[in-house]
Amino acid sequence: MSPSLREAGLFAGLALLVAGIFAWLGAAYGVRMLAEAACYAIIALGLTIQWGYAGLFNVGLMGFVAIAAFTTVLVSFPVNDAFWQGDGPVMLGQVALTLVIGVAVTILLSRSTRIGLPKGLRTALTLVAAAITYLAVQGQLDPAATLIEREAGFVGGLGLPVWMGWVAGGLVAGLLGWAMGRITLGLRADYMAIATLGIAEIVKAFLKNADWLTRGTLTVSPLPWPVPTPQELGFVASRSAYLAVTAVMIVVLYVLLERAWHSPWGRMMRAIRDNEVSAAAMGKDINRRRLEMFIVGNFIIGLGGAALITFTTIFDPSSFAPLNHTFLIWVMVILGGAGNNLGAIFGALLVYVIWIMSEPVAVFLFTTAEQWGESLFGWEAPSDLYTRALQMRVFVIGLTITLVLRFAPKGLLPEKVVKYD
Amino acid sequence: MPEAGLLAILPMNEIVFFLNKVVIAGFIIGSVYALGAVGVTLIFGILRFAHFPHGDMMTAGAFVALVLLWIFPGAGAAVGLPTAFVLMPIAMAVTALFAVGLDRTFYRPMRKAGVKPVVMVMTSIGVMLMMQGLLRLFAGTGTRQLYVDTDAKDIYRIPLGGRDLVITEPQLLLFATTIVAVVALHLFLTRSRMGKAMRAVSDNPDLARVSGISIDHVVRTTWLIAGALAAAGGTLLALDVTLKPDLSYNIILPIFAAAIVGGVGQPYGAIAGGLLVGFSETLAVFNWSVLLRPLRPYLPEFIEIPAKLAFVPTEYKIVVPFFILVAVLIWRPTGIFKGRVNI
Repeated sequence: MSPSLREAGLFAGLALLVAGIFAWLGAAYGVRMLAEAACYAIIALGLTIQWGYAGLFNVGLMGFVAIAAFTTVLVSFPVNDAFWQGDGPVMLGQVALTLVIGVAVTILLSRSTRIGLPKGLRTALTLVAAAITYLAVQGQLDPAATLIEREAGFVGGLGLPVWMGWVAGGLVAGLLGWAMGRITLGLRADYMAIATLGIAEIVKAFLKNADWLTRGTLTVSPLPWPVPTPQELGFVASRSAYLAVTAVMIVVLYVLLERAWHSPWGRMMRAIRDNEVSAAAMGKDINRRRLEMFIVGNFIIGLGGAALITFTTIFDPSSFAPLNHTFLIWVMVILGGAGNNLGAIFGALLVYVIWIMSEPVAVFLFTTAEQWGESLFGWEAPSDLYTRALQMRVFVIGLTITLVLRFAPKGLLPEKVVKYD
Repeated sequence: MPEAGLLAILPMNEIVFFLNKVVIAGFIIGSVYALGAVGVTLIFGILRFAHFPHGDMMTAGAFVALVLLWIFPGAGAAVGLPTAFVLMPIAMAVTALFAVGLDRTFYRPMRKAGVKPVVMVMTSIGVMLMMQGLLRLFAGTGTRQLYVDTDAKDIYRIPLGGRDLVITEPQLLLFATTIVAVVALHLFLTRSRMGKAMRAVSDNPDLARVSGISIDHVVRTTWLIAGALAAAGGTLLALDVTLKPDLSYNIILPIFAAAIVGGVGQPYGAIAGGLLVGFSETLAVFNWSVLLRPLRPYLPEFIEIPAKLAFVPTEYKIVVPFFILVAVLIWRPTGIFKGRVNI
C-alpha cells in the first residue's frame, strides 16, 4: 500500500470514528473532545521534533506544560487591584533586587580566577555567595508572600491578550528547556530522562506550594479565552471557534515543520540522530544542534500546553499528573509514527479519542465484572472500584508503549525516508 | 566531676533532637535508597540502561510481603520479630524471580533486537506504567499497615540527659539488613566466580564474552540480586512507615540520584550515594534554629534567630536529590567513585 493511500485510509477511519461520537454524544461534547485533541496534537508536534527529529528523550513534558500554563495565567489573567494597591509590589521588587545583586556577585566571584584567585578559594567564595543570596531571598520572600496571601490572595495577572500569554508560555518553556539542555545534552540519554523527570517534579512542587503566585491548590479560574466564551455564544459555537484557532495553529506549525524537515537543517538533524559519530566527523556541533531542537520542541510543547489549560478554563497545579499525561503524549507520538509530522497529529487525535472513550468503557467493564462476581461467587467488590478501574488505563498506556516499541517501532504512519541519488 | 560539668553545659536536649531528626532519620532513608540504588547501578552497569520501574519493584516486593502476611499470620510470633520481617526472605525470592520474568518478557526481546539504549529506557517506562496500574488496580490507592503484629512497635528510648534518643524496632532491623546486605554483596562480588564475572561484564562486555563468560547467566544473576534487594528495601520502608502504591514514585528520583552520585556501575558507590542523598535530605529540611537557640546568650543583640531556619522547606524535599544530581552531572559526571558516563 502506498504511503498516501495509507494516510487517506487512516484519516478516513478516524473521521468515521469522530462522526460516530458526534452522533452518539452530541455536538457540544464532540467539539470539546476535538478541541482538546487539537491541543494535544500541538504538544505531540513539539515532542516529535525532540524524539522523531533529534532522538531526545523528554520525560518531563508535564513540567513544561505546567510552567507554560502558569505563564499564560500570569500574562493574561485580569489584573488583581488588591495586589497592586498594597505593599506587595514594592516588597517583591526588593526581593527581585536582592536576587539580581546576589546572582551578579555570585557570577562575578565564579569568574574571579581571572584576577588571580586560586581555584579552591574561588569555588568556596562562589558557594558562600550563592548560599547567602539564597538565604537572603528566602528571608525577604517569606514576609512578602504572607502579606500578599493575606491582603490580595495572589498576584493575579497582567490582563494582556491571551495569545501573548501563549507565546510567553512557550518562551518560558523553551527557556527552561535551554537550562535543562545545557546540563544534560552532553551526557547519555538516560540522564536526560532522569533530569527532565526531576525538573517536572520541581516545577509541580513549586506551582503547588507558592500560593502567593499561583493560588496553589485553590486554583485560578476562569481563564480568559482568545475567542468569545460559551456564556456569550453557546457551547457549540464558542468551542468550534476555539477549535478553529487551534486548527490554524496546527496547520501553521505543520507547514513550518515540513519545510524544516526537508531543508538542509532537517537533513543534518536526521544525520545527527542516526549516526552521531559520522555527523560529528562532518564538523557538526552535535550538542549545540540538539539544544536547538530541544528548545524549539519545548516552545511548541509550551504553546500547546498553554492552549490546553486555557481551554479547560481552570489552572490547577495539582492536576498535572505527571505519568498518565506525559506518557499519553508519548503514546501519541510513537503510535502515530515518530519523525512523521502527520503521524504525530494522527496519533494525537486517535489516542485522545480512545483515551476519552476508555473511561466509560473501563467503568462499564468493571461494573459488569462486579455484578458477575457477586452473582456467581458472592465476591464483594471493594468500594473504590471506580478509581481502580481508571488505573487500568495507566496499565494500558504502559502496555501500548512496550508493544509498539517491540512490534511496530515505526508506528502507524512511518517516517518517510528521503533518498538522495 | 568534669564530665558532668561538660554535660551540663552542652544543650543535650537540642543535640539529641538533632540526632533523632538528622542522623537516625537520614540513616534510615539513606539505607532504603542504598538498597534500591545498588540494584539500579548493577542494571545500569551490566545492561546499560536506567531501570525506571525499580521503585515499583520495591513497592511490589512490599506487597508480596503483605500477601504472605495474610497467608502466614502467625510466623512472626513464633520468632519474636515482626511477621513481615520474618517473611521478607520469601518476598525477596518471589520478587527476584519476578524481576527475572520481567527481563525475559520485556527486556530480553528488545536486547536481542539490538535496539538503542534509549529505546530500552522507554520500554522500562512502559513496564513502570504497567506495574503502577496493576498495583493500584489490585491494592487500591489507600494506605495499609505492614506492621500488623498485635503488640505495638517496640520503641527503644535511650536516655541521654534531656530528650531521649528514639529508635523503633523496624528501624533497627533496617540497619541490620542493610549492613548484612552490603557485606554479603561485597563478599559475593569479590570472592565468588559469578561475582567476578559480573564485574568483568560491567567493565568490558566484549572482553568478558570472548573469555567465556556466559552473558545470560550474568544478566540473570543481576536481576536476581536487584529484585531481592529491592524487595528488602521496599518491605523495610513499608514496615517503618506505611505501605501505599505511591511509595515508588517518591523514591525513584533519589535512587537515581544516589546511583549517579556513587558512579554508575559501582555498587559501593551506590551505597555511599544512597546515604549521602538520605543525609542531605534530612539536613536540608532540618530546622537549624533549634540548634542556634541555646547559643542565644552568647550572640550579640543584633542577630535575630528566626523561628524557622531550614535550607529547604519540607514541601520542596524533592528538590534536594535533584540538585545533588545536577551538581554531580555538571562537576563530576563520573560520580564520586568513577563510574562511566558514556557507554
